[in-house]
Amino acid sequence: MNKPIRRVSIFCLLLVLALMLRVNWVQGVQGSAWAANSHNERVKYDRYAYPRGNIIAGGQAVTKSDFVNGLRYKYKRSWVDGAMYAPVTGYSSQAYDSSQLEKLEDGVLSGTDSRLFFRNTLDMLTGKPKQGGDVVTTIDPKTQKAAYDALGNRKGAAVAIDPRTGAILALVSTPSYDPSTFAGGSAADTKAWTDLNNDPNKPLLNRALRETYPPGSTFKLITAATAFETGKYKNPTDATDTPNPYILPGTSTELKNASSDEPCEKATVQDAMDLSCNTVFGKMGADLGRDALRAQAEKFGFNNDHLDVPIRPSASYYPKGSSPDGTALDAIGQHDTRATPLQMAMVAAAICNNGSLMEPYLVAQERSARDVISTHSEHQLSQAVSPATAQKLQQLMESVVQNGTGKNAKIPNATVGGKTGTAQHGQDNTGLPFAWFVSYAKGADGKQVAVAVVVEDGAADRNEISGGSLAAPIAKSVMQAALGR
Amino acid sequence: MSTFDVSSSTPAAGRRRADSASPPASTVPTRRNTELALLAFAVAIPVLAYANVGLAIDGSLPTGMLGYGLGMAVLAGIAHLVTRRFAPYADPLLLPLATLLNGLGVVMIWRLDKAGGLLRNNFPAAANQLMWSGLGVALFIGVVVLLKDHRILQRYTYISMVVALVLLAAPAFFPSRAEDFGAKIWIRFGSFSIQPGEFAKIILTVFFAGFLMVKKDALALASRKFMGLYLPRGRDLGPIILVWLLSILILVFETDLGTSFLFFGLFVVMLYVATERTSWIVFGLLMSFGGAAVVATTESHVKTRINAWLDPMAAFSPHPPAQSSEQIGQTLMALGSGGTTGTGLGQGRSWLIQFAAKSDFILGSFGEELGLTGLMALFMVYALIVQRGLRTALAARDPFGKLLAVGLTSAFALQVFVVAGGVTGLIPLTGMTMPFLAQGGSSVVANWMLIAVLLKISDTARRPAAEPATAIPEPTRPDQIPGASS
Repeated sequence: MNKPIRRVSIFCLLLVLALMLRVNWVQGVQGSAWAANSHNERVKYDRYAYPRGNIIAGGQAVTKSDFVNGLRYKYKRSWVDGAMYAPVTGYSSQAYDSSQLEKLEDGVLSGTDSRLFFRNTLDMLTGKPKQGGDVVTTIDPKTQKAAYDALGNRKGAAVAIDPRTGAILALVSTPSYDPSTFAGGSAADTKAWTDLNNDPNKPLLNRALRETYPPGSTFKLITAATAFETGKYKNPTDATDTPNPYILPGTSTELKNASSDEPCEKATVQDAMDLSCNTVFGKMGADLGRDALRAQAEKFGFNNDHLDVPIRPSASYYPKGSSPDGTALDAIGQHDTRATPLQMAMVAAAICNNGSLMEPYLVAQERSARDVISTHSEHQLSQAVSPATAQKLQQLMESVVQNGTGKNAKIPNATVGGKTGTAQHGQDNTGLPFAWFVSYAKGADGKQVAVAVVVEDGAADRNEISGGSLAAPIAKSVMQAALGR
Repeated sequence: MSTFDVSSSTPAAGRRRADSASPPASTVPTRRNTELALLAFAVAIPVLAYANVGLAIDGSLPTGMLGYGLGMAVLAGIAHLVTRRFAPYADPLLLPLATLLNGLGVVMIWRLDKAGGLLRNNFPAAANQLMWSGLGVALFIGVVVLLKDHRILQRYTYISMVVALVLLAAPAFFPSRAEDFGAKIWIRFGSFSIQPGEFAKIILTVFFAGFLMVKKDALALASRKFMGLYLPRGRDLGPIILVWLLSILILVFETDLGTSFLFFGLFVVMLYVATERTSWIVFGLLMSFGGAAVVATTESHVKTRINAWLDPMAAFSPHPPAQSSEQIGQTLMALGSGGTTGTGLGQGRSWLIQFAAKSDFILGSFGEELGLTGLMALFMVYALIVQRGLRTALAARDPFGKLLAVGLTSAFALQVFVVAGGVTGLIPLTGMTMPFLAQGGSSVVANWMLIAVLLKISDTARRPAAEPATAIPEPTRPDQIPGASS
């Protein structure tokens, strides 16, 4: 009987071997995948198992990690000036996951990033408590606050960029939300989250990055840039051959200006920009053609769906297949053209920075609890226009602020260039228009800032809405704050 | 090897065999001191684990540590002394290994008790488990003291058959609860419940061993060759087929796939060992595949289990299939989160497994908190128990002892494989408890008895002949065996 017993013995060892191979497969080979599985609640609990790192603006943490010692969660996230910084930080909720920097930088903030592995192991061996790393943003708290206060109760967004580096100085979206209200998992958190999601004003929407608007007249900057770059016009003082009235090509529809008594007929490029003549730039666009306009728009960042800052903005859109009359409307920022506030700030930044468009960025540094893990290195996204063209466009924009529709943005002792926009939208353009102001300012001390402001103020009187009266004063406050005045 | 005098022809047994030419008894080491030293480790490791859990969860040594440590030491000490007195030549590894597993199981149950409200329906169970372990050790002692010789069991071959079948059938007459997931494997008296299948496992093995010892020659020799395989005569095979069929039927009605598989595996292994005919393996596999196919297509309960095995994460989808359970998916995530070295005792979140976290799925908690390293160590301990059991079978001098040892050990090994394989997703899940580790009084008590019987067989096997183990005459022919009236 011993031979079969020995065989049974081998069989039993094979069974144990199969079990051992199985656990090696599950825990060794597939282990990290199971650990990171989207249904694995441990991921959530781990995120709040020890102090989470902070998001920093202007040297001050705008986030906190509160020790709550719950059954499942040891810590809870809270924010300083949460509503003001929400478009930057996003939220980090025990019940509702996380968003924006809180999500994208979670590896650093929660200390699980592979670059922290060595330090974590060292800490574990030396018995130091685990601690997440910090994320240093480019946000300037003064500029951020100025933008947030200036927008006030209005619905809209503001973006400020340092044209020389691409650093995002302010990123504001209103109405906003305080992420602290739903950071936990209680009934109150659930209610706050449900209310925010059901709010018709969409406070959770990051309008500065994730909403595209028709850019309206602010797009005329790109049309003018195309005209200079292609050589259609040499100088701002060149007269255009614009008829009045101007009938859209291939149709019998008349393209109108803001008011019929404006001297737009055969106006110079400069005068047309000062007055924001639709006829001049509509015809200019139709003459330049859709491909030339699209090529120029793309150099400024349009149609790019991965301009991560690192939060991914919605792609601004310049259409491909418009008919000539459509192109005339595209050229004045109507029809199918769409842009985010970030995109229009990039246009102003590129013009201000002599045509060089720097890649916009929000994270300057990532740090572990003790040292720096990574530092952002600036780099050029494109040479959007030649320096010569940039000079001409600056001349146009500065004139708009001195003599044209943008007078509300004048700042003493600073060179300010801007462009207003009042964008029609909705079915047959019946929606309340969006007010735009896109501008830059150069201080005497060499400081620069490029700003885009959009106000979708549905509450205001239709006649009151114009980029010059609504958006320009907001842009002015932001530029003043950024220049330190 | 068809005669009863088997051992003389095997080197392993022959080496120790104490016939007239054997050395004096005193030269055969009893290995009791080895056992004592190992027991010290087997007690110390769970006590340290207990301290570890307390420090990790409460930041202080648990208050019950002294009591737990002393309790375990006293139980193990008594078991050792009894073994020293009544089974001096017994295998020195079995008692320490069982003590280690039992102790670790109690610690893990206590650790899950500490999860409190995080675990649904979390009633403190560690104290109960400790009490059951005490009862298990008491019965272990009872068996070691009272069972003078394992061959006595041979007298109860057919009584065993009846008792085993009654035990297996009993749960079908008791109502099952909703949280039992359709398996009817408990007998309940109020809040008290036992799982008779655990005891039936041992008793059925006694029957198989007794029956096969008598019938093995007939089964092995009086057969016809058919297509290269030896087919036994119907009248030799009849009783066994009948028992097998009955147990399968009962188990299908009680929807307990694991025990069904276990008994069938046990039956095939013992037939093979008794007859040394490979054809039994072929029959066994054919029958098990046939049975599995039939059960899988007719039983919705079994179908659910198979689907859960094929896609453990289906239960997490927005529209989970009916009756699906998150358990396997949760266990796999627990294992993965534990990784190579584990989170450390008390620092994992295996309470996420929820249902049966302390019983069938306790390996998930071990895997998360002790990691791959811990599970490998546990499997090694189980493998050692199984190998010591089979070594006992090799060393045993009587065919009944051989068959009984092989049967008990194979049942143990199959149970470990079926539970651990099911929990880790290697095979479809079948509701059974991990021997010694899992919460469950019947399981602990039955497995302690199983170890006790193995110890007695190993004691008899290693005992020098000069020191007779028993006064009862060794049966030399089948017809002399009481009760075996075939």
